[in-house]
Amino acid sequence: MTHSELPYANSCVRLGHYDPELAVYTQGLDSLGKDCLQTPSADTAALTARFDAKVERDEKIEPKEWMPDAYRRTLVRQISQHAHSEIVGMLPEGNWITRAPTLRRKAVLIAKVQDEGGHGMYLYSAAETLGVSRDELVAQLLAGTAKYSSIFNYPTLTWADIGAIGWLVDGAAIMNQIPICRCSYGPYARAMVRICREESFHQRQGFEIMMTLARGTPAQRAMAQDALNRWWWPSVMMFGPSDAESQHTAQSMRWKIKRFTNDELRQHFIDVTAPQADFLKLTVPDPELRWDEATQHYRCGEIDWSEFHRVVKGHGPCNRERLQARRSAHEQGRWVREAASAYAEKTRARARRLEESA
Amino acid sequence: MSASAASAPSEDARLRYVLRLADTSLILGQRLAEWVGHAPALEEDLGLANIALDLIGQARLLLSYAAELEGRGRTEDELAFLRDAPQFLNLTLVEQPNGDFGRTLVRQLLVSAFQLELYEALKTCADARLAEIAAKALKETRYHVRYSASWVVRLGDGTAQSHARVQDALDELWPFTGELFAEDDVDAAMVAAGIAPRAAAVQARWSARIDAVLTEATLSRPADSVFPWHGKGGVHTEHLGYMLAEMQFLQRAYPGAEW
Repeated sequence: MTHSELPYANSCVRLGHYDPELAVYTQGLDSLGKDCLQTPSADTAALTARFDAKVERDEKIEPKEWMPDAYRRTLVRQISQHAHSEIVGMLPEGNWITRAPTLRRKAVLIAKVQDEGGHGMYLYSAAETLGVSRDELVAQLLAGTAKYSSIFNYPTLTWADIGAIGWLVDGAAIMNQIPICRCSYGPYARAMVRICREESFHQRQGFEIMMTLARGTPAQRAMAQDALNRWWWPSVMMFGPSDAESQHTAQSMRWKIKRFTNDELRQHFIDVTAPQADFLKLTVPDPELRWDEATQHYRCGEIDWSEFHRVVKGHGPCNRERLQARRSAHEQGRWVREAASAYAEKTRARARRLEESA
Repeated sequence: MSASAASAPSEDARLRYVLRLADTSLILGQRLAEWVGHAPALEEDLGLANIALDLIGQARLLLSYAAELEGRGRTEDELAFLRDAPQFLNLTLVEQPNGDFGRTLVRQLLVSAFQLELYEALKTCADARLAEIAAKALKETRYHVRYSASWVVRLGDGTAQSHARVQDALDELWPFTGELFAEDDVDAAMVAAGIAPRAAAVQARWSARIDAVLTEATLSRPADSVFPWHGKGGVHTEHLGYMLAEMQFLQRAYPGAEW
């Protein structure tokens, strides 16, 4: 493979900044609509058998069908974490919109952040098919009881961070998300296909920002290297805990919500991304990273899981700020939402009066 | 020069006129972009981002045209990022801070309704290039007017609190609308050249449209102000300098770099 034919991380999707494994640390996502959960126990074995067989045949499970409670809960948790990640993910990148260095970059960045909002909407809709409302899910995010991808708790300090997020964070998200296009739950799989179609170019745009900086002035090269230094490890950690520690993987794989393990996806990401860093003539901040002829994979150094756990538990550089920004947008928008409801109610009342008088 | 009434304007007048249109779109787009990620609802986040994108798109077309008219080999980015405030020719209305969502939408309505009339006239004007840009911008601007008018109505006729907030915003922003219709030498030259519409005609249509929205929104139209703001002549409010400091930071900090 020549460098000019470098794979852009399989070209589908970006974002997926949710991580199923963060579910371990998620509480409070079990307030589902009660009506869709109750099933007489006598029938449960037969229903479960039918459900399992359907999943086994790779047929999609649709909203109105019977599904095990745990399957439903897992999906609500995963899809809503994914949606929250899209919404919180608008903040670190939005941070550079007003300072983007050219008008083209500004327009591209606005469009990208806008896409993330759109993805959040599709995903909340997909979650709603499972009997939980968007308002409920947003309330959990604002209360701090729902999680989103930890990667967005890192700050965007320079313009190069916008390149690094596109290249690395979106690249990692792509690895996570392509398999979800084949997820057993129909609405989630379809939302993901749509997201994949729309997002294929974001990662390339990020890489292109990095390439421009890497080929630019010495100061720009230094900016690009600094961004890689700060974003590499958090990106590698986006795949979640190692397989040995991962509690949800086995069940999620049986349900075909998940198709590959965290470590498989992580390895794939590193294999694709390390040569891209070489191409940019940037150095991955891992002195142990090297190509292994025997396994045909890159080997890398130990991941600092203490950092991962620290940030997941709320002690990253921007956890408080990100949540505060969401809360403040929500609070400051309250009067607007109230006015919109009041106006809608007045309009309905006027229409009723008009009908009565006619 | 032909003997017709449509005498060609001086190239300087044409350039300044195009820069007014360009800078008005650019600065308003930059203001709206501040909202991204912070709007009252996800749908509004996307709506404001859409308008910001349209405006920045318009600014790029207009700045590229301005750069050609100028003939000094500058690019759209050099015009956007390397001019200082007195060289910016946007209306002072668009540089006013966002304030709350209501204030942002009132500002948007006042400007979009103005741009609508302007582009409507420019799309058949004697300057083919400007006519082409106006025709494209007109389609976008119709949506901007619909979006902002629908919000001004909802907020004006929503709750007592929302009514008070948008009425305040309207009162605060109204004084900046005088500039929209104050014809100066540049406008006059462009009118004479058969390019720009007469300010009085634009004002009459703008005024009728705004009045209709305000009536539906149960808002009162403020009295006209006498202070002659002249952003389109390069005289701005204090806000523009801070906006440019933020917007131009990278280009200023790393002179000559490609991005």
